Amino acid sequence: MGKKTIVPIGPYHPLLEEPEFFKLYCDGETVVDMEWETGYNHRGIEKICESKTFEQVFYVVERICGICSTSHPFAYANAVESIGAVEIPVRAKLIRSIIGELERVHSHLLWVGLAGHFLGYNTVFMWAWKYREPVLDMFEIITGNRNSYAMFTIGGVRRDIDENKASQLIKVLEDVKIKTDLLVGAVMDDPVIHARLKGVGTLTAKDIHDFGAVGPTARASGVDIDVRRDDPYAAYDMVNWKVITVKEGDVFAKAEVRLLELYESISIINQCLQLLKKEKEGDIKAKVREIPAGIGIGHAEAPRGEVFHFVKSDGGNSPVRHKIRAPSYNCITTFRRSCIGGTISDAAIATAAVDPCYCCTERMIQVYDHNSGKRTMSAAELIKLSQQKTEELNKQFSAKDRS
Amino acid sequence: MGIEIFYFLIFPGLLFSGIMGGFISWVDRKITARVQFRQGPPLLQPLYDFVKLFAKETIIPSNGSITTFILAPLFALFGATISAVFILLPVLGVETGFTAGIIVILYLLNIPAISYIIGALASGNPLAAVGASREMKLILSYELPLILVLISVIIKSGMAIRFSDIVTYQLTHGAFIGSLSGIMGFVTILMCIQAKMGLVPFDMAEGEGEICDGIIIEFSGSILAIFKLTKYIMFLALPAFVSGLFFGGLSLSGINILWSILKVFAVVLLITLIRNTNPRVRIEQAMKFFWLWMNLIAVICVILAVLGI
Repeated sequence: MGKKTIVPIGPYHPLLEEPEFFKLYCDGETVVDMEWETGYNHRGIEKICESKTFEQVFYVVERICGICSTSHPFAYANAVESIGAVEIPVRAKLIRSIIGELERVHSHLLWVGLAGHFLGYNTVFMWAWKYREPVLDMFEIITGNRNSYAMFTIGGVRRDIDENKASQLIKVLEDVKIKTDLLVGAVMDDPVIHARLKGVGTLTAKDIHDFGAVGPTARASGVDIDVRRDDPYAAYDMVNWKVITVKEGDVFAKAEVRLLELYESISIINQCLQLLKKEKEGDIKAKVREIPAGIGIGHAEAPRGEVFHFVKSDGGNSPVRHKIRAPSYNCITTFRRSCIGGTISDAAIATAAVDPCYCCTERMIQVYDHNSGKRTMSAAELIKLSQQKTEELNKQFSAKDRS
Repeated sequence: MGIEIFYFLIFPGLLFSGIMGGFISWVDRKITARVQFRQGPPLLQPLYDFVKLFAKETIIPSNGSITTFILAPLFALFGATISAVFILLPVLGVETGFTAGIIVILYLLNIPAISYIIGALASGNPLAAVGASREMKLILSYELPLILVLISVIIKSGMAIRFSDIVTYQLTHGAFIGSLSGIMGFVTILMCIQAKMGLVPFDMAEGEGEICDGIIIEFSGSILAIFKLTKYIMFLALPAFVSGLFFGGLSLSGINILWSILKVFAVVLLITLIRNTNPRVRIEQAMKFFWLWMNLIAVICVILAVLGI
């Protein structure tokens, strides 16, 4: 190995929307090693949630991510409702799914635009973001906000979608579908894009299992996982749709999965709207008097993959423990596999290909001794503890398998 | 001596080509904006950019070589201006005592790119170093096809090595774009210009999303403004060079002025459309593209020129 140069991507870099630091160790143009540092954006959301009431937490977790701002309330609602065994009205289920899918449409369009920008293809960037604009307007019409919709609440949703809004939404979606055709044509058939993206940042199905990646990143490598189908929530078991998977695992495959998922999302929304029409007027919110003591687990398929929320209640009015895992946390670890061995140009697009959302990922753990108030465990010790626990779990499960 | 200084500073040198080049870069930005459903900048935006940069603080990297770092943009500007003078005088048909051979122009056009590399390496920034190495590779890639195309043009114009002779030859024998080898040469040189200007798909030396503007990352304030001016001048010089080589030159007299503007803008429009309908390629893909495909076309072009097609 020759002399290595460190090429920094970050903490402030046009490639990144958020502060984040990648050190690319380069030999010429080839990336031979990489490290990444997070921690610029830690906000202590989990801790904040413990000081809020169950109702208020929705508006805190909504602000974890500006782009997939409904997936966190979605997972949180699933978690809290699983504690109280709340049965939500059908109408609320449908509206939840509509909002979730509409978010996927705008998020995927946003990604296509960003990917174009990272490739220097600013025309795709501008076009995709222009086509995304009516979707955001639609959000404003339905929920009152272009982002951070404040739509969910325990036991249902806060606003109804009436006939008028539904017909507007159908019109917008028809338009988005036409524009998606256009984008698919521009991306899928462009020989220069093929040359630039095919075989770049390839992740095999084994890599996905090793690193535990989720969402479109996994589906682009042929791993057929999707929370919406595997553990249906809201209205996803009431409509017909299919999980898009592609085998190749490179950046092009990830683009393909996202573009094709746009069609699925549009079809889900249309079906939900039809069901909503049949449902007639009705309740959009179940009455929930209190959340009993217990633990609840909720997950939802965000545009980037599975969002996981763990909520523990002691019967009071606020969670005593709230644990959040955003999809980027799983996907970012794949960078070492997808970037090393490629060039700097490939590393740029390979890191962008998982649609990372770094501020969702920021974590911080400190352990203090209860009596003396001093920090007791270092990061290495905590990691060791976690590894020991994993080993024990593995032993337990393998013992179960044998019996 | 006086007239030479006039040529260099006023017309068609620094002042004229700076203003015209700024205007052309505005056209480029405006077309780009319209393609991307944007409003686009106002007409004087290039001037605003230039003046504003001059008023800004100039930051010199402490671990770089200061003299080289500051001199690099000046060299780039001199190279671009002299090449603009040598290109525009014959192209516009101004009768002067001195004209340059095509080889001189070829070398002068390389000075800005080489200055970029020197400036980048003098800044001591790793991203600039990556950009500089890419720019170097790019020069090595596009230089050969460019030379081959120029050879084909020289052959077609009856072995005239002087640029002014090539232009005047076309006035009597018709523009070279009318022949098959002319069209092929035009396509090749268009790609070379794209690379020379550092525009998408060959902007990997700047690579905004990868290496944060690479070669010019450390430049700021007035020295960046000088690089901008260099770019403006190249925006006029290169399309004018192409129109001299293939369209039979430009003219500023009477109705011909519209025809001249059309020629330059046709080239600019093509450059702009190429840059807006392609993503950035990797450096090795660019090298392969030039060494394999562009060289192939250029060689065929030379053969056709020898055969007189």
